[in-house]
Amino acid sequence: MLTIEDLFVKVGGREILKGINLQISDGENYILFGPNGSGKTSLLMTLMGFDGYEIVQGRIYYDGQDITHMPAYERARLGIGMSFQRPPTIHGLKTRDMVKLCAGDKEVDVDEMAKEVNFTDLLDRDINSGFSGGEIKRSELLQLMAQDPGLVLFDEPESGVDLENMNLIGKVIRGILDGPLEPRNGISMKELKSRHQTSGLIITHTGYILDYINADRGQVLYEGKLCCTARPRDILDHISKYGYKECVRCLN
Amino acid sequence: MSQLNENKTPRVDLGRYSFDQQEQPALKDMRQLSEEDRKQLLMAGVDASGTQRSGSYLHVNHSKVHCSTCRKGVEILDIKEALDKYDGLPEYYWQAVDKDKDEFTRAAAEKVHGGYFIRTEKGAKITDPVQSCLFIKGENVGQNVHNIIIIEEDSELHVITGCTTSADVTSALHLGISEIYIKKGGKLTFTMVHNWGSEVMVRPRTVAIVQEDGVFASNYILLRPVKSVQSFPGVFLNGERAVARFNSILVAPKGSYIDSGNKIVLNAPDTRGEIISRTITTGGTIIAPGIIEGNTAPAKGHLECKGLVLSQGIIHAIPELKATVPGVELSHEAAVGKIAQEEIEYLMARGLDEEQATSTIVRGFMNVDIMGLPAELQASIEEIIDETEKDMF
Repeated sequence: MLTIEDLFVKVGGREILKGINLQISDGENYILFGPNGSGKTSLLMTLMGFDGYEIVQGRIYYDGQDITHMPAYERARLGIGMSFQRPPTIHGLKTRDMVKLCAGDKEVDVDEMAKEVNFTDLLDRDINSGFSGGEIKRSELLQLMAQDPGLVLFDEPESGVDLENMNLIGKVIRGILDGPLEPRNGISMKELKSRHQTSGLIITHTGYILDYINADRGQVLYEGKLCCTARPRDILDHISKYGYKECVRCLN
Repeated sequence: MSQLNENKTPRVDLGRYSFDQQEQPALKDMRQLSEEDRKQLLMAGVDASGTQRSGSYLHVNHSKVHCSTCRKGVEILDIKEALDKYDGLPEYYWQAVDKDKDEFTRAAAEKVHGGYFIRTEKGAKITDPVQSCLFIKGENVGQNVHNIIIIEEDSELHVITGCTTSADVTSALHLGISEIYIKKGGKLTFTMVHNWGSEVMVRPRTVAIVQEDGVFASNYILLRPVKSVQSFPGVFLNGERAVARFNSILVAPKGSYIDSGNKIVLNAPDTRGEIISRTITTGGTIIAPGIIEGNTAPAKGHLECKGLVLSQGIIHAIPELKATVPGVELSHEAAVGKIAQEEIEYLMARGLDEEQATSTIVRGFMNVDIMGLPAELQASIEEIIDETEKDMF
């Protein structure tokens, strides 16, 4: 699904990512840990293709296609979706219309989808205008549901979310990644799953999201380099006990 | 080098325009207008079929051609008839606007061609809007109109004024005096849509006076090319708890010079004023002044002006706040420049290319939801915005 080869990235002239190699398979959920400033968000922004993230070396492939220098909108159309941490308000653009834009040429039932994320009452508000932390998260998820991407990039899905919202958000993220959670008329779960091959690259500090999704594999990003491949739970347990200092030893 | 003090407002040469033309034949029904003219009217928010309207007034060049009301509680007359009927309207005629303000007010005072007189009955809540259209047909026509609106105590009305020229006219001059009186507890929504030609000069002079608990909500929409507009409507909130709101959306394509702002004077306790303007230049010049003056406390005012410079053009926002007693609360926010890159990138991450992202943001910027217009008028204004947008990118 996603292959990153020897990726070096500069932001504002400073080298942030220093030789990233990473492969995420179809349907795999990959968790990225790392202290503040280690380059996690920059990796996501680079994968989405934003200005200001200068790729000085290396390549990125999505579904076998070289997307290293592809503009963001083409990546989005290929199937890369991203949930923003602090998305901007766009005045005069209703959330309902934004969700339709995300769907591209597909017909989507915005009202039906909004029910799933408890967003019905906010559909006619300008996108992100005065949204609370939880509302931003739910709006981002609603947009991703409409976009229906093959690879989802989540930057700290639990930040700024209260416990009640966390439960809802966790379930919706699971739905986006794993597809429908219940068997539907005449189609077996096995078949439903095989049709749904969404991969996830998820940044987390707290690990709350691990209670909701099947996380296959995790790594730590430390000073622009990836290390410590392990089961995400084990990484989280280790970090909460010992912090990131083990990474320093591991990398040296 | 600064261009701050250069005044480049195009000068009006009154001698160039014809103020004496034949009277236009009266129309029993506005549907008798040619299809082309009806389309021009529609681009100014005026529906010739008159459905969902409480009344219509149409003024062509120098004379009234149609005037009708279909609701009880609101009177619509040509200003000349009103002056005859009400002994010269001494309480209202030239009582808000100063006759000697400038050469244009003097010209309008010297020879008035017409204009509307609209008055509600006390307590009448008129749900469907009254529409009026000031229409110029013919090259180099100079039009003087004088409008008076009186909102009697506890009554409510929405007046839509569409100003336009016929499709073949490029050059003309429109001078319009508007005097608006809102009495105790009255509420007026005044929506003006301008659809002029590329050589048309426009010099309206408008003043509104609002008494206690009265509300004046003004919407101004100017999206189509015009040579020069110079307009600075003022409202005086003279009664306690009176409220005024100005909303405007202005677009200046290449060749347009728009000097358009608002003034709110808070003259009584607990009055509130708000000025919101959104301006876009795609090559023309926009001067956007706004003044809120607080002369009594408590009183509140807020001024917001946002401008987008989409190509080589000028936006000059001049927000001014003046408080003359302690306890007045006035604030403003102004931002002029380009579309925020993060907004464009956000939309690009959702699959829109840069051009689609830009036009989506600009469309949102021009959104008129805030004006609270009736659904059908909103739909027709959205059509005008669509037309305008086609020319932008």
